[in-house]
Amino acid sequence: MDIKREKLYTDILIIGGGTAGCYAAITIGEKSDKKVMIAEKANIKRSGCLAAGVNALNAYIVKGKTPEDYLEYVKRDANGIIREDLVLTMSERLNGVTRHLEKLGLVILKDEKGDYVTRGDRNIKINGENIKPILAAGVYKHDNIQVLNKVNIVDYIIKDNRVLGAYGFSIENNIFYVIYARGVICATGGAAGIYKPNNPGFSRHKMWYPPFNTGAGYAMGIREGAEMTTFEMRFIALRCKDTIAPTGTIAQGVSAPQINCAGETYDRNYGAPTTANRVYSTVEENRRGRGPCFLRTKGIGKRAEEELLKAYLNMAPAQTLKWLERGAGPSEENVEIEGTEPYIVGGHTGSGYWVDTNRQTTIKGLYAAGDVAGGCPQKYVTGSLAEGEIAAEAVMKYIAAVLQQEVLCEEEENKFREITGYLKNPSGIYTVGQLEEAMQKIMDEYAGGISGSYGYNEVKLAVGKNRIREILKLAYKLHGEDFYDLMKIYELIDRLVVAEAVIAHLEARKETRWHSFQENLDYPGLNDKDYFLYINSVFKDGEIRIIKRPLVDRRQTYEHQN
Amino acid sequence: MSIRINPDLCAGCGNCREVCPGSLLFKEKESNKTYIKYPEECWGCTSCLKECKFEAISYYLGADMGGGGTTMYVKEENKELHWHITRPDGKKKIITIDTTKANSY
Ligand SMILES: Cc1cc2nc3c(=O)[nH]c(=O)nc-3n(C[C@H](O)[C@H](O)[C@H](O)COP(=O)(O)OP(=O)(O)OC[C@H]3O[C@@H](n4cnc5c(N)ncnc54)[C@H](O)[C@@H]3O)c2cc1C
Ligand code: SF4
Ligand code: SF4
Repeated sequence: MDIKREKLYTDILIIGGGTAGCYAAITIGEKSDKKVMIAEKANIKRSGCLAAGVNALNAYIVKGKTPEDYLEYVKRDANGIIREDLVLTMSERLNGVTRHLEKLGLVILKDEKGDYVTRGDRNIKINGENIKPILAAGVYKHDNIQVLNKVNIVDYIIKDNRVLGAYGFSIENNIFYVIYARGVICATGGAAGIYKPNNPGFSRHKMWYPPFNTGAGYAMGIREGAEMTTFEMRFIALRCKDTIAPTGTIAQGVSAPQINCAGETYDRNYGAPTTANRVYSTVEENRRGRGPCFLRTKGIGKRAEEELLKAYLNMAPAQTLKWLERGAGPSEENVEIEGTEPYIVGGHTGSGYWVDTNRQTTIKGLYAAGDVAGGCPQKYVTGSLAEGEIAAEAVMKYIAAVLQQEVLCEEEENKFREITGYLKNPSGIYTVGQLEEAMQKIMDEYAGGISGSYGYNEVKLAVGKNRIREILKLAYKLHGEDFYDLMKIYELIDRLVVAEAVIAHLEARKETRWHSFQENLDYPGLNDKDYFLYINSVFKDGEIRIIKRPLVDRRQTYEHQN
Repeated sequence: MSIRINPDLCAGCGNCREVCPGSLLFKEKESNKTYIKYPEECWGCTSCLKECKFEAISYYLGADMGGGGTTMYVKEENKELHWHITRPDGKKKIITIDTTKANSY
């Protein structure tokens, strides 16, 4: 195979052109003439979480509420384990980025007075079908932003704990890239596909979180010894059965309660109405023989049904198709619900890079924003934009004081050989698909997947850890025919790296802080005395080392200590 | 959950290949037409459908998630999205969405 090699230079490299990445680029494009490069594994027009569209802006400070109110909500929902400095700095920007998004072209519903129409305490109503093309168009307006579509990044270039750029390759043109930058923002999203999914067969990728967000950013950081936080707080979504479409639109839109097979509402029987408890209550009802559970939509009427059919086409079209396929819509049949497999996603829970208040990771010059950044749950779309903006402003300041640096040619050469080595490996017995299935099965059975109602114990985790390491060894021997295969191999390796970190974190929190999300069967109760803190980790000398850190206050500007 | 491309309708423009967030769509060497190489890896996001001006891509539910052969494609005209749904018995339904209006829910 003819492999081309290219070396590129830019001021700021953004890895992942999704929600946070595009917005970070737009921020820099508007505020400076510095050169920005977005490296995106797919195409920024429809890549990442926003591909199909979204239903509402879930994070907005509505009239009469303050950013502090939002912080209090997030804190309650996360049972206290949040970085208040991060949540507050994000919340303060939610409304600004929303107005900006509207200027870029997003349709937001307004009342006669011109105010946004709200849904509940924190949401506003939009037409979110084309939110990603709108962001992409915003990026292309700026001449100083260069977009590399179909370029998969696999590792950072690091010298003395400072980031100098990243290595990647084009999945279409067989080009190996060495990209040097003075500052880097990682915005690769979270990780799906680590656990066995709800639909493990043909429809295996019909999951909630994008199956193409494979935890690359987490894995690249872990490999380089970056500190990570709260991986034990997995996110499990409560979704419509089979299609894994969101339930909030129905629950809030037509006020449909959760009911069990006997038609009884049950969610209030399981403690505070947190995101975790909504899943937990459903899991428990099923475990106690009172499943399946539903959203009670029967009788909502044909007009409401038509609106739901449309709303779902704007964000999760499979659900509309499912209703039409059955010939019975939500006004005639209640909508069955289920919990998904666990995801690692810092935009909903707290998992991700341990960052300072400016979103700089523990690697100098490397910033993180969106689902890949930890400590700040419930960011959703607008919070990811806000973090993109914060990281962009901080990286612009950072690069003003640093010069471009490179590593030795020899180091670049070694990386080239390591990455393209998979093309030379002899083809063996196992394929990426087989090893992925093995990983998902292990995580499901030994690290709290769907089949065990999300619970685990220490003995199971120990078995899981060993098996994940064995699979990782097999993954290093995989053979790829072309650069597309190479991407698939790296996706698997990255997922395995994240899986091992998840297991280490689950093991370290010896209590149960969030039902279902982190259901430690050895320690089923809450232990505030010993665990009202962050579980962080650093990968060093082949082992994941746990660091416990005290909570950070909202008034504090957090800086990393050397 | 996946899509099917009708080779008779595909004009080989390549737009769908560009946007698929999983890069699952490939070009036939001889004809330039598009095919889905890994149907089981489709996320079902409908990005490709929205790019196709030739109604060549149809969307269906896998049998494992309750699919029974109903398909769907979408056409964009004057800021409206027309979703065409065809049931296996040939019955059709069109749902039109005005993209300049927000969701009711
Ligand atoms: C189906 C779904 C529905 C949602 N609905 C709503 C909603 O209605 N309202 C709301 O407020 N929030 C919603 N959210 C949450 C919100 O969309 C996310 O929190 C937010 O978009 C995350 O932004 P991000 O930039 O971190 O990730 P993304 O937007 O996913 O961006 C990550 C990008 O990185 C790229 N990438 C990954 N790995 C690599 C690599 N190795 N090299 C190069 N590029 C890479 C990906 O292709 C992707 O483009 C929803 C999320 C999902 C998944
Ligand atoms: S967009 Fe339609 S016509 Fe163009 S390549 Fe794809 S399937 Fe063929
Ligand atoms: S529906 Fe989405 S994931 Fe499936 S082939 Fe089309 S663009 Fe790709």
